[in-house]
Amino acid sequence: MKLHPHRHMVLVAVCAVMLIGWVCAARGEGGEPPYFAVKNARIVLVSGPVIENGTVVIAKGLIQSVGTDVAIPPEAWVIDGRGLTVYPGLIDAGTNLGLTQDDDAKKRGAGPAASGPEDRPATTPWRVAADELKTDDKRIESWRNAGFTTALTVPDGGIFPGQATVIDLAGERPGDYVVRHRATVPLSFKPVGGFFGFPDSLMGTIAYVRQVLDDTAWYTQAEPIYQANPTKTERLPYDRTEYVLSRALQNNEIVLLPANNSIQIVRALRLADEWKIRAVLYGGQQGYDVAAALAASKIPVLVNLKWPERAKDGDPEAEQTLRELRFRARAPGTPAALAKVGVKFAFYSDGLATPKDIFKSLKRATDAGLAPDAALRALTLDAADILGLSDRLGSIAPGKIANLVLTDGDIFNEKTKVKHVFVDGRWFVIHEETSPEKTGEKKPGDDDGARSRQSQHVEGVGR
Amino acid sequence: MNRKILCTAAILVALAPLAARAQNPGTIFIQNATVLTVTHGNIEHGSILIRDGKIAAVGSGLKAPEGASVIDATGQFVMPGIIDCHSHIAVDGSVNEAGPAVSSMANIADVLNPDDIDIYRDLAGGVTAANILHGSANPIGGQTVVIKLRWGKPASELPFEGALPGIKFALGENPKHSNFPTPPGVTPRYPGTRLGVEEVIRQAFIEAREYKKQWDGYQQRKSAGEQNLIPPRRDVRLDPLVEVLEGKRYVHAHCYRADEILMLIRVADEFGFKVRTFQHVLEGYKIADEIAASGAGGSTFSDWWAYKMEAYDAIPYNAALMAERGVIVSVNSDDAQEARQLNQEAAKSMKFGGLSANDALKLITLNPAIQLGIDSRAGSIDVGKDADLAIYNHDPLSVYAVVQKTLIDGQVYFDRQRDIAQRVTLAAEKQSLLDKEKKAAEEAKTDEKKTEENSERKPEKKPGQKKKPPQDSDGKANGNTTIASGVAGGTR
Repeated sequence: MKLHPHRHMVLVAVCAVMLIGWVCAARGEGGEPPYFAVKNARIVLVSGPVIENGTVVIAKGLIQSVGTDVAIPPEAWVIDGRGLTVYPGLIDAGTNLGLTQDDDAKKRGAGPAASGPEDRPATTPWRVAADELKTDDKRIESWRNAGFTTALTVPDGGIFPGQATVIDLAGERPGDYVVRHRATVPLSFKPVGGFFGFPDSLMGTIAYVRQVLDDTAWYTQAEPIYQANPTKTERLPYDRTEYVLSRALQNNEIVLLPANNSIQIVRALRLADEWKIRAVLYGGQQGYDVAAALAASKIPVLVNLKWPERAKDGDPEAEQTLRELRFRARAPGTPAALAKVGVKFAFYSDGLATPKDIFKSLKRATDAGLAPDAALRALTLDAADILGLSDRLGSIAPGKIANLVLTDGDIFNEKTKVKHVFVDGRWFVIHEETSPEKTGEKKPGDDDGARSRQSQHVEGVGR
Repeated sequence: MNRKILCTAAILVALAPLAARAQNPGTIFIQNATVLTVTHGNIEHGSILIRDGKIAAVGSGLKAPEGASVIDATGQFVMPGIIDCHSHIAVDGSVNEAGPAVSSMANIADVLNPDDIDIYRDLAGGVTAANILHGSANPIGGQTVVIKLRWGKPASELPFEGALPGIKFALGENPKHSNFPTPPGVTPRYPGTRLGVEEVIRQAFIEAREYKKQWDGYQQRKSAGEQNLIPPRRDVRLDPLVEVLEGKRYVHAHCYRADEILMLIRVADEFGFKVRTFQHVLEGYKIADEIAASGAGGSTFSDWWAYKMEAYDAIPYNAALMAERGVIVSVNSDDAQEARQLNQEAAKSMKFGGLSANDALKLITLNPAIQLGIDSRAGSIDVGKDADLAIYNHDPLSVYAVVQKTLIDGQVYFDRQRDIAQRVTLAAEKQSLLDKEKKAAEEAKTDEKKTEENSERKPEKKPGQKKKPPQDSDGKANGNTTIASGVAGGTR
């Protein structure tokens, strides 16, 4: 949305009138304050004990200080946090936010039928999500309004679809969103050949990845030898895949391996070991069955929050196997099982359409035994840690990126409302929901309740 | 219908929790059985002593040592666990990497699925080991692995320790892709003729030989101390073929006709490797002497016949005729269902070809063990071999025979009585899970209704207004509506 260069009082008034904009950023050309302070709030640091009545100071996009006895810079805008709880911004560790999901993206994965690994089927590791980021994806706002400030956004299509990017969910230009542009190398083991091209089987796909990683290792070894002895060594051919992956793996980039059921998880652990990559598994929903093996491997897991369910349009007479029934019943217990044995995990929403669904899924996980503080950690510091960004994301501590969520209660309580969100120190006031049917029909001022709520925030803000 | 019910029951049973899985092996004593040793006759009122998973003693005068767990097999028959030399069970995903004509990079060992219910079903048919093969869509197919049917163990514990890995070859129609039409717009894959199949195999081994030469040369120069050497690339497709040339990997070749079998024997001679088994080998009886001379085994069907042109010359006497001429012969299933009655498949060779009962048993025990290079550990009831055993209530070559227990490494992996007992509890668990899902679905529906009613009570709601479209089955909703509802971020 467009950002307005108004003073805050004016700004909020404008927002109240607009109403079609759910979010207003008090940031714009010239008018935005680089300093904020939230005082008198309950602060959940995640990296330390909860501060019952404290202050967080934000300076130029970073957290400057936090505590009970903190000096507020004179130029800071102050939010009275009485009745509010401050959390670190939530991290969704696997989405396609900001990425186009059109037919082209799907086709890219297909390509012409390959006759072998040398044709590099469905392989485009040079694509970087950051380069394809579209900030007009409406979901970015809705995720942010629900308290998500950060996401791993993953390109789709193919066995090596590209490299995923960690984004913060605000900015004026796509580049502003990007926290780390080449964050992970996601892999898919989905066959792409369709019986007439390679690979058209799971084992063929695994063999293909093995060949590509071998080739990459070969290139990594050969390149410096050639560069040092160009007159005595046969010239190296250029292969874009080898070149890009060689650099990514030398940068110790995470490789995301698909592994949802217990068979896939155990297999992925073995392949990660064989391939000597810095692996993180994604899916993980049958982790409850193989938690010990995961713990022993020390490999983290991104747990998909779209829990398995019975196909809604399936044949009602279709036989449900006990195995499927057990999986559907137990999958939400995976996070608790992983937490119990010390497996590091984060959550991701891929497959869920709305943040509301995310919190519904999280509730099933906590109902199944996951402690709320463990859930919060998975959504913040552990996610940051898995993505190699815990030095700047995931908790409320001096020096970290100022990603904060201010709520009027426990973040996992369904009645709790998100009141403010800070992303990179950009301030967003979150307004009362307007249901989709009404949007655009309602006249400004119809909902007095909403206006008064906004006013409330305004009162809390002052110099 | 019956079959469906059976399958369901089998699933229920097989999904039993750890209780259904085997106990720790210690000392086990099977007593008072008719022991069909396969190598040294049948022992009436015989006993088998098992220690640490191995057969420690076999005979008629044995006594159970103290502390041994005793299996009383009075009136029952113990035979060596059945070995299925051609199986496609326990594979996650397709058994064919059908794209390239040479798919030797694909490896069954990468995709073993220890949860495949067919493992349990085959255990219930007395099978204890199986040769898990890639399909027959390629002249040179994927890498294969011999497993023990250790139901409940992870994939890493399935492979038969010490068994050489294999590779699937295929001759005849299947590798020509002639059993299904190539869709329009797709270039038909080479080869399209039997000549081409031969050429593809020869070409692959020429490449493998060259590849091996490259690596040998590199190792030589490296060990001579040469610096700044760039190694050859590793080729996951050619590595297994080099292993074939070096005798470290067995070739299991799918074939039907006599001419193609002779062709592969010639090609193997040319490159200096051996075909370990000819699979199906339906016309093997025509060239049994040549097969025997090549040292290859024959693994055939009992009496599958005429399901396609190249199978028209098949005869049920094939196994017996090949065996008579000195070929090591096994009878296989190539099918998860048929694997449950391999005892009967073997018995057919007594009717067709007049094999003795013991030679018939060999077709599914000692002979496949020899073919797979595991006969020092399996295939007969001999001291020192693995305690992989099947216990039947009748002579296993009788149609009345039903497996009572199946042991692998001395552990009971299938027990018919335990299986029957568990059906009730498993059915109850299933029903309770179904009920829970039903209840949850109903609650979700009620919630939805409530939300709808609430929104209708709102004053802004105008009559005739379009309702929100229903969500897709997968929970994803269409377009902006859902996105907008997601903006209900304030409340979630």
